[in-house]
Amino acid sequence: MEKDVQVLEDVTVRFAGDSGDGMQLTGSQFTNTTALAGNDLSTLPDYPAEIRAPAGTLYGVSGFQLHFSSSDIQTPGDSPDVLVAMNPAALKVNLRDLKKNATIIANENAFDSKNLKLAEYETNPLEDKSLEGYNVIPVPLTKLTHAALDGLTLSMKEKDRCKNFFALGLMFWLYSKPLEPTIEWIEEKFKKNETVKEANKRALHAGYGYGDTTEIFTTRYEVEPAKLTPGLYRNLSGNEAVALGLVAASHQAGIPLFLGSYPITPASDILHELSRYKNFGVKTVQAEDEIAGICVAIGASFSGSLAATTTSGPGLALKMEAVGLSVMTELPLVIVDVQRGGPSTGLPTKTEQADLFQAMYGRNGESPVCVLAASTPGDCFHMAVEASRLALKYMTPVILLTDGYLANGSEPWKIPAIEELPEMKVTFRTEKEGFFPYLRDENYARPWAIPGTPGLEHRIGGLEKANITGHVSYDTKNHDFMVRTRAKKVKHIENDIPDLEVRGEKSGDLLILGWGGTYGAITETVTRLLSKGYKLSQAHLKYLNPMPKNTGEVLKRFKQVLVPEINLGQLAYILRAEYLYPVESLTKVEGLPFKSSEIEEKIISMIGGK
Amino acid sequence: MSAQEVKTEGAKLTVKDFQTPHDIRWCPGCGDYSILAQMQRVSPDLNVAKENFVWVSGIGCSSRFPYYMDTYGFHGIHGRAPAIATGVKVARPDLSVWVATGDGDLLSIGGNHFIHACRRNVDLKILLFNNRIYGLTKGQFSPTSEKGKKTKSTPYGAIDHPFNPVAVALGVDTTFIARTMDRDAKHMQLMMNRAAAHKGTALIEVYQNCNIFNDGAYEHLTEKDQKPDTTVFLEHGKPLIFGKNKDKGIRLNGFTPAVVDLSSGQFTADDCWVHDEFDKSPVRATILSHFTEMEDFPVPFGIFRQTTKNTYDGDVQQQIDDITKSQGKGDLMKLFTSANTWEVK
Repeated sequence: MEKDVQVLEDVTVRFAGDSGDGMQLTGSQFTNTTALAGNDLSTLPDYPAEIRAPAGTLYGVSGFQLHFSSSDIQTPGDSPDVLVAMNPAALKVNLRDLKKNATIIANENAFDSKNLKLAEYETNPLEDKSLEGYNVIPVPLTKLTHAALDGLTLSMKEKDRCKNFFALGLMFWLYSKPLEPTIEWIEEKFKKNETVKEANKRALHAGYGYGDTTEIFTTRYEVEPAKLTPGLYRNLSGNEAVALGLVAASHQAGIPLFLGSYPITPASDILHELSRYKNFGVKTVQAEDEIAGICVAIGASFSGSLAATTTSGPGLALKMEAVGLSVMTELPLVIVDVQRGGPSTGLPTKTEQADLFQAMYGRNGESPVCVLAASTPGDCFHMAVEASRLALKYMTPVILLTDGYLANGSEPWKIPAIEELPEMKVTFRTEKEGFFPYLRDENYARPWAIPGTPGLEHRIGGLEKANITGHVSYDTKNHDFMVRTRAKKVKHIENDIPDLEVRGEKSGDLLILGWGGTYGAITETVTRLLSKGYKLSQAHLKYLNPMPKNTGEVLKRFKQVLVPEINLGQLAYILRAEYLYPVESLTKVEGLPFKSSEIEEKIISMIGGK
Repeated sequence: MSAQEVKTEGAKLTVKDFQTPHDIRWCPGCGDYSILAQMQRVSPDLNVAKENFVWVSGIGCSSRFPYYMDTYGFHGIHGRAPAIATGVKVARPDLSVWVATGDGDLLSIGGNHFIHACRRNVDLKILLFNNRIYGLTKGQFSPTSEKGKKTKSTPYGAIDHPFNPVAVALGVDTTFIARTMDRDAKHMQLMMNRAAAHKGTALIEVYQNCNIFNDGAYEHLTEKDQKPDTTVFLEHGKPLIFGKNKDKGIRLNGFTPAVVDLSSGQFTADDCWVHDEFDKSPVRATILSHFTEMEDFPVPFGIFRQTTKNTYDGDVQQQIDDITKSQGKGDLMKLFTSANTWEVK
């Protein structure tokens, strides 16, 4: 049967099912194919902390949202246009997020009495008209998958597991995407299990064929390639980007990369990635705990590596005494905190921006460190390179803040040419004449003299250092001097970072000032409001300590400044304290990124009509 | 600069090369002085260029040690010396990395790092200054203090059961475990030399007297008149014999050791347990390690056990070398484009 093809500018799709249903896999396969088709995209994986929560339960629902478009997009989309619900719980949890007339593709075989009860439905929503207004398409996904696998020697359970590929095939058909990238992936992934490979391929084809032949679908859709800046692209998640950035920095610095880390959600993928790059000379130590993770990195830094440690909030809390040690010993160190919901264990798989205070102030004593924050998944690459550059140049620990949303989310990333990467070649001190461990250069950085260098034997440690000689010193005046010098050194970095740029009018009534992972939602909101004729401007902080030199001056050019954050107003607090400017705070701590509609609503309430 | 290019030129190293000009700030009479002196004495002959020594420590009296050794040194934070040292050694396997630590530092706050460094067999030499007390914080009981010990924090006696560091080290299959004492300079030097020659984690527990907060803790082991009867010095291939007149021996009946009298004619040296330093099984060394808790048994000094195992730092490097050989040296652009890519024109 001939079907209409309708061209759309952008679509937001959400796959949802049990945490064992393979929704993250389905979502990432759809993402890769979409990326290869040249769409701009942004993703939001959302999964429970339990690996396999009991099937059918509301708390076991795992989701993957993907926003893809033929134009430049910034967020994973506020509200899905399409929900693929593998069971009643997935429907129930996600329904409230959907657009009013969204399409719901539901696996009707999973809407049995047991699953309905687990999802706390009294009647079947596919039949009781409660979904009126939505475009509900019940598909017997399980039965059709089983039918497609007829003749294969697999258990019922194993056949059940293939239904995500059926759903994926159907979605590929619906959005006019090719099957080949997924088939290639299946071939590689299951090359050791012929039957499973065959089963998944069959399920994928069957889903695609079902869309083509069934009369339920009268229209299929197409989203044309986006007009991105010319260049070579790949899809990249924030965690992958941090890993690549650190390898790139090591290449540029000309010294080996060393990672000390301890597994923690959602940062572990950085450790996984870097563990693969042995032929880049990357040494990774999965340490016995978070503290050891940073301490092995400090040892490696002392002996001449570009050293890093990666973690999430609770892990950073454990590392803090050692961060102080690297402040005192003035050794280069990159500390990546992939922020998650806190305090304590909090919401391990959900995103948050509430570690800003911890990064800035969470140590004993006057303990200044450089703090950076990445704004998009792709920007995690650039900020990891930047964190390394600053750490090496100024002999200082640098904390790079990303978050769960950036870490697991992905977007097309324009692959940089090697020549575009910043210059940061390291030279170790070898000259004996005039060597003092704490004699500083024009940037207040002390020399990096590594073990193995004859004649430069010296001792450093956590006790206060005498200026220049670096000997242990309990002299009170010296302490005051050194405290101020360490602060001055970090502050001095402001001369080496870009000014805060303002998008839109350079002064006016309202500035939206964000930091870190809220960039996408803010940008989308501001773009929309500008196109509607509202007068507002936008700026985004990627350097939190020190802040760009012109920050205070930028603030003062606007009558009002709104600071949206996924915390209770930490940046707002710092800005008020630092610049005595009464910024307005917009906060949310639901473990999810802002929807642009939430920011828009606040803006409208502040400035009224146009 | 690669470390291989670094060579010490000129004259042979001497004790003086390892002394720093700083005043040593341990209490007069402290056992630490002896450990420092022995280390400075053996260092010139370890066949390591001076610039390739790195001393790492944690917190405590013992952890001031790196300040007094004129080598590269890192005075870390409490308990973390094994982790910092692991980082140094894994990043730079060419360096000779030593840890100075105490019973509080290594066995209490640093217990986790201690067992994992040993488990991995990182090529570190760990000197454990065991004075069975917290000195730098002025006299609280430590994990090796005896039960019932009265200290500032245990005015009615310590309730804690003490830690047996040698038994713990054996439990995580540490590849070199020895014990010595501050008052026996020759033996300590011997142990230091043997540890230095060992490839892998080497633990030397040094019984060290804190003359301020726990004076005399080891007097019964170190004083001339008592030492022969309270200690047994382990030597590979030699029977376990002790006593002023070499008239006592240790016999092993199955897994049960017994002190026997060699003067009565019932037993001779041939009946005694012969020490095998390289025993593949940890069982005998474990029995030895518990003599400290057994009444009438002498405290063993010497090498409990040494075995051969790949080092962690060596294997990390080996894996890198092997994979680099099979996959070729990493190319950054190839890495960037290792996922599916597409061109936007």
